[in-house]
Amino acid sequence: MGAFPLTRLLDRSSAVFMILLAAFAVVIPTLNLLAPASSGLHVSTYLVALFGKYICYAMLALSIDLIWGYAGILSLGHGAFFALGGYAMGMYLMRQIGTRGVYANPILPDFMVFLNWQELPVYWYGFNHFAYAALMIFLAPGLLAFVFGWFAFRSRVTGVYLSIITQAMTYALMLGFFRNNFGFGGNNGLTDFKDILGFNVQAETTRNALLVVSCVALAICFLICRAVVTSKFGKVLVAIRDAETRTRFLGYRVEAYKLFVFTLSACMAGVAGALYVPQVGIINPSEFAPGNSIEAVIWVAVGGRGTLTGAVLGAFVVNYAKTFFTTGWLAPYWLFVLGGLFIAVTLLLPRGIVGTYEWWRARRAERQVVPIAAQAPHAAE
Amino acid sequence: MHGFRDRALALVFAAGVLLFGAAFANAGPYEDALAGLTTDSFSDTANAINALTASADPRTGAVLEALKDQRLLYSTGTKRVFVKDKSDRLTDAATGQPVAAPPADTGNVRLNNRVRGMLDAALGSLTLMAKEPNRRFDAAQAVFKSRDAGALPNIDKALEKETDARVRKALTEARAAIVLTSGETSPEDKIAAIAIIRDRGDQDALGLIDGLPADLPPAVRLAAASASAKIQGNLAVWSALQNAWYGLSLGSVLLLAAIGLAITFGVMGVINMAHGEMVMLGAYTTFVVQEYIRAYNPALFDYSLIIAVPLAFTVAGAVGIAIERGIIRFLYGRPLETLLATWGLSLILQQAVRTVFGPTNKEVGNPSWMSGAFELGGITITYNRLWIICFALAVFVALLVMLRLTRLGLEMRAVTQNRTMAAAMGIRTARIDALTFGLGSGIAGIAGVALSQIDNVSPNLGQGYIIDSFMVVVFGGVGNLWGTLVGAFTLGIANKFLEPYAGAVLGKIAILVLIILFIQKRPRGMFALKGRAVEA
Repeated sequence: MGAFPLTRLLDRSSAVFMILLAAFAVVIPTLNLLAPASSGLHVSTYLVALFGKYICYAMLALSIDLIWGYAGILSLGHGAFFALGGYAMGMYLMRQIGTRGVYANPILPDFMVFLNWQELPVYWYGFNHFAYAALMIFLAPGLLAFVFGWFAFRSRVTGVYLSIITQAMTYALMLGFFRNNFGFGGNNGLTDFKDILGFNVQAETTRNALLVVSCVALAICFLICRAVVTSKFGKVLVAIRDAETRTRFLGYRVEAYKLFVFTLSACMAGVAGALYVPQVGIINPSEFAPGNSIEAVIWVAVGGRGTLTGAVLGAFVVNYAKTFFTTGWLAPYWLFVLGGLFIAVTLLLPRGIVGTYEWWRARRAERQVVPIAAQAPHAAE
Repeated sequence: MHGFRDRALALVFAAGVLLFGAAFANAGPYEDALAGLTTDSFSDTANAINALTASADPRTGAVLEALKDQRLLYSTGTKRVFVKDKSDRLTDAATGQPVAAPPADTGNVRLNNRVRGMLDAALGSLTLMAKEPNRRFDAAQAVFKSRDAGALPNIDKALEKETDARVRKALTEARAAIVLTSGETSPEDKIAAIAIIRDRGDQDALGLIDGLPADLPPAVRLAAASASAKIQGNLAVWSALQNAWYGLSLGSVLLLAAIGLAITFGVMGVINMAHGEMVMLGAYTTFVVQEYIRAYNPALFDYSLIIAVPLAFTVAGAVGIAIERGIIRFLYGRPLETLLATWGLSLILQQAVRTVFGPTNKEVGNPSWMSGAFELGGITITYNRLWIICFALAVFVALLVMLRLTRLGLEMRAVTQNRTMAAAMGIRTARIDALTFGLGSGIAGIAGVALSQIDNVSPNLGQGYIIDSFMVVVFGGVGNLWGTLVGAFTLGIANKFLEPYAGAVLGKIAILVLIILFIQKRPRGMFALKGRAVEA
């Protein structure tokens, strides 16, 4: 790979982001494992798990930004892909429990024994192998996104219509997963995990390892997104976002572009969910709730739509605020803050934090070159 | 009835003549039977009940009623039986004289389940002669269910005199039920009885016929089998009708929830995710109105909903106008941002209501005219559902009339069709936008009044309706009120017809999947507005 593609892939803010992420992945585990618990620098295991969760949310935000920020597809059902990936991982973790469950059944997870099921349903086969589970983490959300997107984009369901039917999709899945006879643990979901790849899920080292793995996965997803959006393919995506019909008239197969990027994004969301589950220790149908998916969209909006670093930043900022508000006496006010955030960002900060910063820098740079250029119209949103 | 009354008079007269001797010498079967009630033995009591019924004495009814309600007292020492009336006054059952001070050893005549069953059957055949047709009807129904062979003579007697067609039919059916289950009737009688039961055609009739013993003559069995099939077919039709009714009811709820959305989303093109919260505000307005009425003027309770409707419209409409002026007008032409901002707003409204009223469900009462149910053929219709259907249709018609015939409606349509041209004609488009949005929100508030009658009034009330409402509007076709009407009822009925096969949740999932597939086929809904634009 020559110098040019690399600089194309990593512009200034991306490089900063990658360095920060790498530092994060090194510093947090170091401070958790090596700094003595008494020292001021020590990071508690609780915080490690919390940061791991944020990283997974950041991946989800990244996947939403890829389709919303660059292709104009506002999915209000991305939580469904996240949860499907999570369930795939959860099924693997359930099978790893083996005879250590309450009912000590070597094959059947506890909830199936409890429901008097005699044998493992076919769709649970193979989940005792990590490789198979890993495949399903991509395949389950990817396949759903492919089928759904194929139907939706082919018949040119766009804009808010698409948003509403994605919301209906995750709602339908939520209703389904709440049912006991679907074989995914009903409303209790999958929990009480013991170990992953032979390591204890609860152990400090495993938690740190999961955090590092999550950071690496986030970095890979980020690079994939950068590769997509900086390529010619990405240019077409932006064209679709800004003028879909015109792009179609120019001879591009809009639905093929959208389908590809939608499926890719769903796979990323699935990976995020899969890494999320071992770190929080549970996956249940409420992850499918439409509210969760919309909340993920606001992370992107806060950070800055169409700026990949912004999505990550937004996920961190909003979720940190959520943790801050929901763990103290401020808990009753969190929904006011979240709701206010939705309104304030759309009305006052439509570019988001990173987007506004970049816009401001670009304007300053323009002013320094030719002052008059500052009045030139900016790209449509 | 003349013979009956004469006989009763004669008996009273006879009782009067024998009054003096009555204390010592038993006179007549009625008085004999009463003695059986004073021994505190269940089998004596049972025999006494039979003897009382057989005596055909007019006083029997009162005695048996009292026995059933545990108002019958007896004294072992004097061997007298007393009836206690509702105000605790005692009368002697034999003489009919009021008793000032009962003997010290009086106690209740006790019952056990066997005696109680006999008592019910006896009362059933006694009330077959009651004055009010409704009581006679109920008695006949009770005999139909108990199939007590002992009631047969009474039924025959009652049939001779019965003039009310409905009661007559019930009596005939009760008689047929007895004939069918009795071991002593001929096969011909049984086949005739089966025909009568078949024509009754409800679940009880089916149970009776299917429960017949297997050792009946072949001809009877054949008749029973064909009658059973006929009743089952009949019941299937009724259950389909009942499902259709449930579907209409659900459809009317969907229509109410979606009709405001049809204005804001359909006509204005504004995605209002806080629409469900407007419904919730309407429901809470109803709650507040009822609380005030309970506190200050309970007599007005039956009018609480009528008072709440305009208030809910005003509250939700005002909030709607505030939303439009404060948020949505800055976001016209950016539907996805509107969606996010109104979603945020819905969170704030929910949390605000939770803070003010608390997170628990609020009790909203049904006025008397909305309580209860009636039977129409084989289906049960509850009044609250019926009123909600009427109300939904009334709101729909009112809205249609408003859009068609009023100046505001005209201006609304003008602005949605061609904003620039409307502005050029002197219409203040910004004002129309606010009013249209207020109208849509106000109608959601009205929907909340109706939904408070059938759903839990909690801060989450609106969330349950938002996805369904959007589905209705999208399915019916955006910008078309008729589409919303057809969409709501189609989805409601389809949902209720899927439910028996798939269960409530799977039925809902199936509907969502069907809509998603339907949108593939017709992305603009059933009744799409036709135009030449590439992008609507």
